[in-house]
Amino acid sequence: MLKRTMAFVAVAATFATLTACGAKTDESGAASPDGAVIDTSGPTVKVGLLNSLSGTMAISEVTVRDSLQLAIEEINAAGGVLGKQIEAISEDGASDWPTFAEKSGKLISEDKVAAVFGCWTSASRKAVKPVFEKNKALLFYPVQYEGLEQSPYIFYTGATTNQQIVPGLDYLKAQGKTSVYLVGSDYVFPRTANKIIKAYAEANGMKVLGEDYAPLGSTEFSTIVNKVKASGASAVFNTLNGDSNVAFFKEYKSAGLTAGAMPVVSVSIAEEEVKSIGTQYLAGQLTAWNYYQTTEGAANEKFVKAYKAKYGADKPTSDPMEAAYVSVHLWKAMVEKAGTFEVEKVKAASDGITFDAPEGLVTVDGATQHIHKTARIGRIGDDGLITEVWNSGQPVKPDPYLKGYSWATGLS
Amino acid sequence: MRRPLIGFGLAAVALFGVAPLVLGDFRLNLLAKYLCLAIVAVGIGLAWGRGGMLTLGQGVFFGLGGYAMAMHLKLADAGPGELPDFMQLYGQLDELPWWWRPFANPVFAMAATVLLPMLVALLLGLLIFRRRVRGAYFAILSQALCAAFAIFLIGQQGTTGGTNGLTDIRGFFGYDLNDPLNRRTVYFIIAASLLAVLALTWQLIRSRYGELLVAVRDGEERVRFLGYDPANVKLVAYVAAAGMAGLAGALFVPAVGIISPALIGVVPSIEFVIGVAVGGRASLVGPALGAVAVAWAKTALSERAPSAWTYFEGLLFILPIVFLPGGLASLARLRPSWRRRQARIPAEATP
Repeated sequence: MLKRTMAFVAVAATFATLTACGAKTDESGAASPDGAVIDTSGPTVKVGLLNSLSGTMAISEVTVRDSLQLAIEEINAAGGVLGKQIEAISEDGASDWPTFAEKSGKLISEDKVAAVFGCWTSASRKAVKPVFEKNKALLFYPVQYEGLEQSPYIFYTGATTNQQIVPGLDYLKAQGKTSVYLVGSDYVFPRTANKIIKAYAEANGMKVLGEDYAPLGSTEFSTIVNKVKASGASAVFNTLNGDSNVAFFKEYKSAGLTAGAMPVVSVSIAEEEVKSIGTQYLAGQLTAWNYYQTTEGAANEKFVKAYKAKYGADKPTSDPMEAAYVSVHLWKAMVEKAGTFEVEKVKAASDGITFDAPEGLVTVDGATQHIHKTARIGRIGDDGLITEVWNSGQPVKPDPYLKGYSWATGLS
Repeated sequence: MRRPLIGFGLAAVALFGVAPLVLGDFRLNLLAKYLCLAIVAVGIGLAWGRGGMLTLGQGVFFGLGGYAMAMHLKLADAGPGELPDFMQLYGQLDELPWWWRPFANPVFAMAATVLLPMLVALLLGLLIFRRRVRGAYFAILSQALCAAFAIFLIGQQGTTGGTNGLTDIRGFFGYDLNDPLNRRTVYFIIAASLLAVLALTWQLIRSRYGELLVAVRDGEERVRFLGYDPANVKLVAYVAAAGMAGLAGALFVPAVGIISPALIGVVPSIEFVIGVAVGGRASLVGPALGAVAVAWAKTALSERAPSAWTYFEGLLFILPIVFLPGGLASLARLRPSWRRRQARIPAEATP
């Protein structure tokens, strides 16, 4: 019977293989569709919200989903986009990268959405990038990231490195800090960010006294903090993500290290995280972002008020939430300028689109599909809010590959 | 004798005939992913259900197979003499690391997807089973191993892609994976592989060896006193399960287009086992059905209730284990047990 079953399998497999022979890799574009099919037949237009609603990233990504829904609600109340109400379809990426890829496929091919908003970690973005490129569909990515990417089907509304990390380093340099210690979670963003920091330091006469990585979710920091203390660095650059920050800052404080003597600049701690880490450990420490809840301006007052009215007075607003909120409004402006939901036309219309965002005026750079953003360094206060101590004065042009920085030539 | 063959035929008709007709391209591609998990599950069914070895570390073998395949496909995508995209971004290397080089050869890479996990399992198994490590200790050890493997991969960002893993795989042995027709072919290859793995396992558990494996599970010392070496018996099942996981990992890559440490760590390794438990670990098709059912439920529930699906999923794991300890497969056996009783009566009457 073995022979019979095996023969059957063999025949079935050969049959299946012979009947289906598609395009070879070198026959470029032989079977690619001309852009994603978007369903605009009804009175509504669908968009996808792709965030982790379960798993380790849920705590951060749910706030982004909430913020996206706020923006959609506002746009719908003001008449929608091209006369159509936006219908949001929310999917759970479950903090799992292949799930992100699966759900983005579902949103594009089954729901036929006009655009997808979401993703947080770089790993999830890398997982969905080929799906969007393959289907020629649009993704709006709202989180600061490590740069070195420019997908034709992704709009990056968070900061790239020259809008966050580089200004953070400039600030430290201006403050007379001559040496840094690098602490980060073990994944792509911290490792790439630290590569950039090391190149910057070398060119600017700064010393990097050490570089340590902890696995994502690690809570054991006594060794790392001891090394930081022993190094005598004049500042720490922190790219830790999530829960690890709680353990790190507790250990940092108990080792007797203070914001005055050895400040920590963090790039992944926003208002939401400050709340969960505890202000007693963070007060006085620095952060680098493009937006704070305290950022001045009428647009931000309106945003904070609307957010708190919808989700509760104790809910803070943060940079990724703001970038998500902005992304929906930018998409609306692009679609209206293009006069259609068609992806290629929306992309073509994107250059120069501006929006009076809570963080200040932002402008889409059509060439890189990133946006011009103002860099802001903030200090964490006792009340858990972050107040600005420095800003770049005007929006910084996005430069994902750091082409405009001579010290960064060897990086990519 | 006849029934398994009929079941096998039905499965073949369902996978090759019905599914491609009923499901759209997107859903068929998802089914291909589920079937990969089913292949891992068949191996776990053999090692755990039949051999009593609770392997919480199949992710390691799945990962070895997946990375072996993905490394070849990345090199093929990059073209001869070029570095894969992520190495140019994150690596400090000017040339391909030595351990990547053999994977440029398609024959080597394909063989490695199955043989590499089997080799690793053989070495591990020799150490573990010879030292009579079993039960909870074996489970913990296998789990620690996959945690270590995932951490190792994450640390080597320049050469393994770190947490991102190997993504953006565009071609499969010269065929463009963008083409829906080629993706369909990948599905057929996976379905055929699952059937082949099932047939192989069926032969294995029906053989004298299969009897011995169950005997080792139920009374290892007794088997030892009969003159067999339980270590060798277990080793065969463990190595076979590793080979299946490796094959599944390799097929997962063209179906999903990604392999990353998140797919091979502790959580996915446990999820493999949950599928097997839900399906019924000791039967042949139970683990495969369970794996597909769990994966399908995960997709379906999370699409219907994106913010509450994890509760339903938890319920889905608890209910079958409490009320149906034999898993889904025991549902089908309710009737045969009655039939067997019918058949047994005359047999007992004859002497």
